[in-house]
Amino acid sequence: MATTTSAPSLGVSARLTQQVLPIGAILLTVLVLWYLLAVYLNAPGAIERVLAPQGAWSWTDLLRETMAMQRPVLPAPHEVVLDLWRSITGWPLNSPRNLLYHVAVTGHSTLVGFAMGTVLGLVLSVCIVHSRTLDRALLPWIVASQSVPVLAIAPIVLVILGSFGLAGVAPKAVIAMYLCFFPVAVAMVQGLRSPQVIETEMLHTYAASRWQALWMLRLPAALPFLFPALRVGIAAGLVGAMVAELPTGAQAGLGARLLTGSYYGQTVQIWSALVMSAVLGLTLTAAVAGIERLVMRNRGQA
Amino acid sequence: MHALANIDLAVQPGEFVSLIGPSGCGKTTLLRVIADLEHITSGSVLVNGVSPHEARLARAYGYVFQAPALFPWRTVLGNVMLPLQIQDKTAAQCKSIALEQLARVGLTGFEGKYPWQLSGGMQQRVSIARALSFEPRILMMDEPFGALDEITRDRLNEQLQQLWHRERRTVVFVTHSIAEAVYLSTRIVVMSPRPGRIVRVIDSTLPDERHLGLRDSPEFVAVAHAVREALADGHHD
Repeated sequence: MATTTSAPSLGVSARLTQQVLPIGAILLTVLVLWYLLAVYLNAPGAIERVLAPQGAWSWTDLLRETMAMQRPVLPAPHEVVLDLWRSITGWPLNSPRNLLYHVAVTGHSTLVGFAMGTVLGLVLSVCIVHSRTLDRALLPWIVASQSVPVLAIAPIVLVILGSFGLAGVAPKAVIAMYLCFFPVAVAMVQGLRSPQVIETEMLHTYAASRWQALWMLRLPAALPFLFPALRVGIAAGLVGAMVAELPTGAQAGLGARLLTGSYYGQTVQIWSALVMSAVLGLTLTAAVAGIERLVMRNRGQA
Repeated sequence: MHALANIDLAVQPGEFVSLIGPSGCGKTTLLRVIADLEHITSGSVLVNGVSPHEARLARAYGYVFQAPALFPWRTVLGNVMLPLQIQDKTAAQCKSIALEQLARVGLTGFEGKYPWQLSGGMQQRVSIARALSFEPRILMMDEPFGALDEITRDRLNEQLQQLWHRERRTVVFVTHSIAEAVYLSTRIVVMSPRPGRIVRVIDSTLPDERHLGLRDSPEFVAVAHAVREALADGHHD
């Protein structure tokens, strides 16, 4: 059950030492390691292509060159940030050179696929919980469906849907849905079965119908199971949407940016797209978590 | 091995009947049979002249369980409204009836609270208000105060007795407390295990209007004694 109450409210200073400090320390460590790794990985290329032809070079030259390469093996964090900044501020929102344009494209198909996957997962779980036959017939297939790698399924789905004339968002959303529905279905089967015997019997004595029992007891009881699944589902859906952008040679989307970046050896572009997709993923998960907090705010520790 | 055997019992309208006996005597099973939560292999049970199944579908009774079984996602008011919503009453009707029922169990002002914000005794009162919300003529209670401390239990016994005295609903009450059974009942059915059967039916000589002080009176002690004797007899059989 969610614990919305009785969390000790932290003072500002306690909050600083208990929450901000550990996260900040890790971030700092990662940044330092990233820079060290960037210098180490980029040094051979910098020496071979830039410094050696120039003749004599010092350590400071090397340091500067490893951070300023056209196609570094590993771009330094500030290079990625700079690239992101130029892309976002330097171009209008509807330009393919603006990363936010690609975020919108990928986010769109992710959300559509997420909605479809959630509905599919809910419908499947309700069917499974209400029918012993469907429980036996469906559940093994649902589990099996996830053992097929999405990378293999994606092109097939795209070709098939393409032959029906479906292009654009639909095929990508279908792939996202394929990854989304599974956690929702599995968690909801568990959640819909979570009411205790006494609660079910109580509705029985009031002569409630199956639909009323579903609506008044099973669904609300399943919410604490649903939300963690939605958080997993929307992140999985983003992966699905990006994977779906790869085989189409899509012109737009973060997946497409990753692909073109790797075609042309634009490592900075790859990293920018990567960072953007991480930000998008975090934003989507945080949005789901926000809705969860809103919906579950009145639940005590049951 | 049967859980129950040779049960022959008729409960009159307006009676407060307690089923008492040691664990495993089938008192809860008997109540669950009457409430259509359990099925019998032989014999017949009639509730208001029809089968328990039909009586349940006709919403003839309210049932109070050992635990309050309140939905944590609903407020106190929402929990009491539940049976009314199941019966497709309008939202306004549900609300006004539920508020009135909460007033009857002394919980006015708590309608906006959530179950986890209430004490165990208050939770069980909400569950009684819920069982009575649609005015069933029969109320079945399965050790409703078993999990509460004695002080709370005494107070709730008093309130339940007053409620019965005011409204004269038929109550079938399962308990393993002699004092509770004697204080509340007009008739006490003493049961014995292996197989679950009725040992004796004791008519209470106490007046209908009661207060907790009655428990020290000679009549009360006499009825309690009779119950204790019957329980001992059942044990020696």
